[in-house]
Amino acid sequence: MTAIYVENLTKMYGSFTAVDRISFEIPEGEIFGLLGPNGAGKTTAISMLATLLKPTSGAAMINGHSIAGGEDGVRRSIGIVFQDQSLDEELTAFENMDFHGRLYRIPNPLRQEKIAELLALVELDGRQHDLVKTFSGGMRRRLEIARGLLHRPKVLFLDEPTLGLDPQTRNHLWEYIERLNREAGITIILTTHYMEEADRLCDRVAIIDHGRIVALDAPGALKEAVGGDVITITSPDPAAVASAVTAAGALRAEQYDGTVRINLQHAERHIMEIVARLSGNGVPADSISIRKPTLEDVFLHFTGRSMRDETADERDRMRMYQRTARR
Amino acid sequence: MDIIYTIWLRSVKRYLRSKSRIIGTLGMPLFFLLFLGFGLNSIVSIPGTGEGYTAFLVPGIVAMSVLFTSVFAGIQIIWDKQFGFLKETLVAPVSRMEIMLGQTLGGATTACIQGVIILVLSLFIGLTLSSAAGFLIALCFMALIGISFTAFGIAIASRMEDMHGFQLVMNFVVFPIFGLSGALFPISSLPSWLAPLTMADPLTYGVEGIRYGLSGTSQIDPLLCGGVLIAFAAATALAGAFLFRKMSA
Ligand SMILES: Nc1ncnc2c1ncn2[C@@H]1O[C@H](COP(=O)(O)OP(=O)(O)OP(=O)(O)O)[C@@H](O)[C@H]1O
Ligand SMILES: [Mg+2]
Repeated sequence: MTAIYVENLTKMYGSFTAVDRISFEIPEGEIFGLLGPNGAGKTTAISMLATLLKPTSGAAMINGHSIAGGEDGVRRSIGIVFQDQSLDEELTAFENMDFHGRLYRIPNPLRQEKIAELLALVELDGRQHDLVKTFSGGMRRRLEIARGLLHRPKVLFLDEPTLGLDPQTRNHLWEYIERLNREAGITIILTTHYMEEADRLCDRVAIIDHGRIVALDAPGALKEAVGGDVITITSPDPAAVASAVTAAGALRAEQYDGTVRINLQHAERHIMEIVARLSGNGVPADSISIRKPTLEDVFLHFTGRSMRDETADERDRMRMYQRTARR
Repeated sequence: MDIIYTIWLRSVKRYLRSKSRIIGTLGMPLFFLLFLGFGLNSIVSIPGTGEGYTAFLVPGIVAMSVLFTSVFAGIQIIWDKQFGFLKETLVAPVSRMEIMLGQTLGGATTACIQGVIILVLSLFIGLTLSSAAGFLIALCFMALIGISFTAFGIAIASRMEDMHGFQLVMNFVVFPIFGLSGALFPISSLPSWLAPLTMADPLTYGVEGIRYGLSGTSQIDPLLCGGVLIAFAAATALAGAFLFRKMSA
């Protein structure tokens, strides 16, 4: 059965198109990823699917309910973890959970049980009676995730679920997300700009850039599309490397940021030839590496740009800061 | 019903937890009560009743603190919006009506608590309650004022983007509503051009209702006061519900 069906969904802010005619279909039980850089339109797309934002045009069905007209059915089917904080800081962690449980009409012995279980999962059980305003950014994040899981929705939206979390907590959550999906059959749609996260969790990934889906497939198939392996050569003279490598006409090379990338099948069989060409032409090279393509390469392949620039970590920290310090 | 209770519970918990807000909103009414009350008590006597000015003033000040607390409680949903919490309630499978009612009743409850605190403090400066029934009547009127003006605050907040408009609303809507009501002056001694404005001010009927409850006499028939205030509460609740339905997170 189809859990989510999206057709030509579009959101315009004035003349700016934040989400541009996206269409996809997600079968029940799938983990589906929306991967894209900042400002790609991921949050806008999720907000429309969660009935928080009216689309400019297009249609979508969640669990058989239309987001325009069947809002109540949609809301009963979904859970969502927002990218930005949505906790009540004047309440304790437990009270935030309890409020949520009551809103979703979870009857009491069960509600207390689930709250205890989830708070233990995100390792906040020791702090459950502290006010949220005394929590760090990562603790708030964990609490929000626990809250989104409380009512066991059929479809779960996770908007950048692990942004700003330390690697250990991130791993924990990944495992839990996988378990939820496997054991409870919850369909999950998550947005991320961590390649690793999309790769590890998602059955299929849509790559979204400037509001448009530029590629959609299983991570393996997307990497396949890049064309075999990736050879990366760093050199003080990348232009010379590129021309030496492409001279014979058989290979295609892309220059990016002081490196030259070559996509080809069975790279190990060609590496000697490449080295020979470089030294034959007297072109200097600092290092040569062969690896399997990542989603990063996929993004570069489809958009001609790199997703992860050197300021990404800085920006994440900024966003965590804004999230917790917003007054 | 559960949902309304849930939202109500959150409002009340937040209120009871913020000591600074409780004390902060008590400040101005207490200031009025003490300075106007003691300052004018000896030189003003209210025609007709012969009671002192302080006794006359208490119902007005109680109404004032209910008014301010409830408008503020309603406008608070702007904060929920800015802190992102509003999304949590709006995406839940509950109707806007339930959210709005819970918020309104929560605001009215906190406003009544503020009003009762003023009332209790007034006992120390010489107020005497006529009867338990009278106190209950006063409490009913406080609740009606609280419901009306929390809903009014929600209606305004639904149209506001952020808290910047708050001062504007206080200065050009809430203060005039307070000033024009019969809270500080007896209606009968107003100049004739002002009397119609006072009679058009819904708070006037709340003040007179509380006054009837506390002292047993009022210048407007308490039944009329109740009728007008119930109608006003229903109207603001409808307006609040209508506008809140269109509010986006
Ligand atoms: N209310 C708004 N008014 C105008 N433009 C908006 C509004 N909300 C979002 N946008 C624009 O829409 C685009 C998509 O924003 P969105 O938040 O969906 O991006 P995102 O993919 O979630 O990015 P991030 O990774 O930073 O969370 C951005 O260019 C943003 O500036
Ligand atoms: Mg986003």
